[in-house]
Amino acid sequence: MNAPAAFPESKMPLLLGVLFAIGLVAPYAVYPTFLMKILCYALFACAFNLLLGFVGLLSFGHAAFLGTAGYVCGMVVRDIGLTPELGILAGTVAAGLLGWLFGWLAIKRTGIYFAMITLALAQMVFFLCVQIKETGGEDGLQGVPRGHLLGVIDLSDNIAMYYLVYAIFCCGFFVIYRTIHSPFGQILKAIRENEPRAISLGYDVTKFKLIAFTISAALAGTAGATKTLVFQLASLTDVHWHASGEVVLMTLLGGLGTILGPIVGAATIVSLQTQLADSVGSWVTVIMGVIFVLCVLAFRRGMVGELQSLIKRSGVN
Amino acid sequence: MSDVILETRGLTKEFKGFTAVADVNLKVERGSIHALIGPNGAGKTTVFNLVTKFLPPTAGSIHFNGQDITHEPPALTARRGFIRSFQISATFPHLTVLENVRIGLQRKLGTEFHFWKSAKTLNRLNDEAMALLEAVDLGSFAATMTSEMPYGRKRALEIATTLALEPEMMLLDEPTQGMGHEDIERVVELIRKVSANRTILMVEHNLSVVAHLCHRITVLTRGSVLAEGSYEEVSKNPQVLEAYVGSDNMNDAHH
Repeated sequence: MNAPAAFPESKMPLLLGVLFAIGLVAPYAVYPTFLMKILCYALFACAFNLLLGFVGLLSFGHAAFLGTAGYVCGMVVRDIGLTPELGILAGTVAAGLLGWLFGWLAIKRTGIYFAMITLALAQMVFFLCVQIKETGGEDGLQGVPRGHLLGVIDLSDNIAMYYLVYAIFCCGFFVIYRTIHSPFGQILKAIRENEPRAISLGYDVTKFKLIAFTISAALAGTAGATKTLVFQLASLTDVHWHASGEVVLMTLLGGLGTILGPIVGAATIVSLQTQLADSVGSWVTVIMGVIFVLCVLAFRRGMVGELQSLIKRSGVN
Repeated sequence: MSDVILETRGLTKEFKGFTAVADVNLKVERGSIHALIGPNGAGKTTVFNLVTKFLPPTAGSIHFNGQDITHEPPALTARRGFIRSFQISATFPHLTVLENVRIGLQRKLGTEFHFWKSAKTLNRLNDEAMALLEAVDLGSFAATMTSEMPYGRKRALEIATTLALEPEMMLLDEPTQGMGHEDIERVVELIRKVSANRTILMVEHNLSVVAHLCHRITVLTRGSVLAEGSYEEVSKNPQVLEAYVGSDNMNDAHH
């Protein structure tokens, strides 16, 4: 796996501050629904990157967490009538539990076997969602109301909804950022760098991997649940393995193991899909494939990763 | 009988019909530097992997400080103060030299699972980490990215990280492998220094290092113990000389 470039840590708070401000004013310049879609996928990709970029675990089943949380959130909000924040919480917890189970089953294996087990488990979830009637099969869960936040703020207003999504994204991003920059994250990096050595220093690596997997799954769930509220729909698309593949693409394109890479990757992919869907129709998939191949062949560090190494080489930081 | 820290009884490992280690009974005395030597493929590294629990044995048992540790997970064995190194230098390449040592120190803070805390809470370990780095002459490298260090220095870093755990016993897998003369001397001195109040078991190819450093030597061939004793005893053993046929290694080492 490609080694992530060192980050100019001193510039990080400034950069994050600027980006945060941009996020605050963005809905007045760009269509909010489009932005919300980007934020949901960005959180999904950040959660995925926590595993692949910082522990070195390639999960090929993250769609299961995105999708399951979406369905759970849709059900409790539409059918039970819970408020949206409880819906998101329910989705997150469900995805976390499912992640713990997946992790527990898959983590004993490494490399390609780990990826295959996660894929197989995710496919089981997909077929479950196709079969059981609670998920609405091919139709999905339609007409999920956005409701009122805490029973007060009306979320059918797109701007209000945007700020909720933005707040959720920022919280999720902070959890990931903190996890990476914590005593726990330090051991995760050690495991990524040299697992046998981490074991020989007395660290129970399976436990570390399982906790990281559960955090990653739960946050992927947060993204999925939020997305359901935004589009008022939970569908099979989100549990399909395409979604698992897309998140790999977003992370690699943006920059594996970088803090901001997955956000850039998600924004790029979602923008391209939206733009291209109008002009080239189903050729989107082919174009995505070409981008993926180019990225893996020529820009292995991803957009942010390449930029970082460029800055590092020119000695700007 | 003197104090035994590590003992194996009838230790055997078979890989699909091939016996890599056969009925090895090893006793390592507390406070000694014990060498495991033998020609290539003699099973030295397999013995290492077995006693440190990285491989499960087919038969036999392992006792550390009188306790049977045969079936416990490797991380738990490590927490007993029984720490191994690896043939290929075992560092964390994309962490700085200081961070490498801190990984070793971190466990005693008991915050290794605290993902909600800032990594800055680890800075209180910096003084201790620096002291360990100074002890192996790496003080000036503290901020260096480990991947950028020369090979000999990485081995020194590895030893510093191991020392961070205050191990009762260290296992070194070919600590001087692939090194030039100067590096070898530095590492030998280092091992001698850290062996105070510790037990060391090492696999080593360089017989001159073994002759100068080790108190007791076990010679393995084809997975079994061929001879055991001091360097003088072992180097006069005709069977051992035969195992090393074609090479006058054993005699060369005397200078």
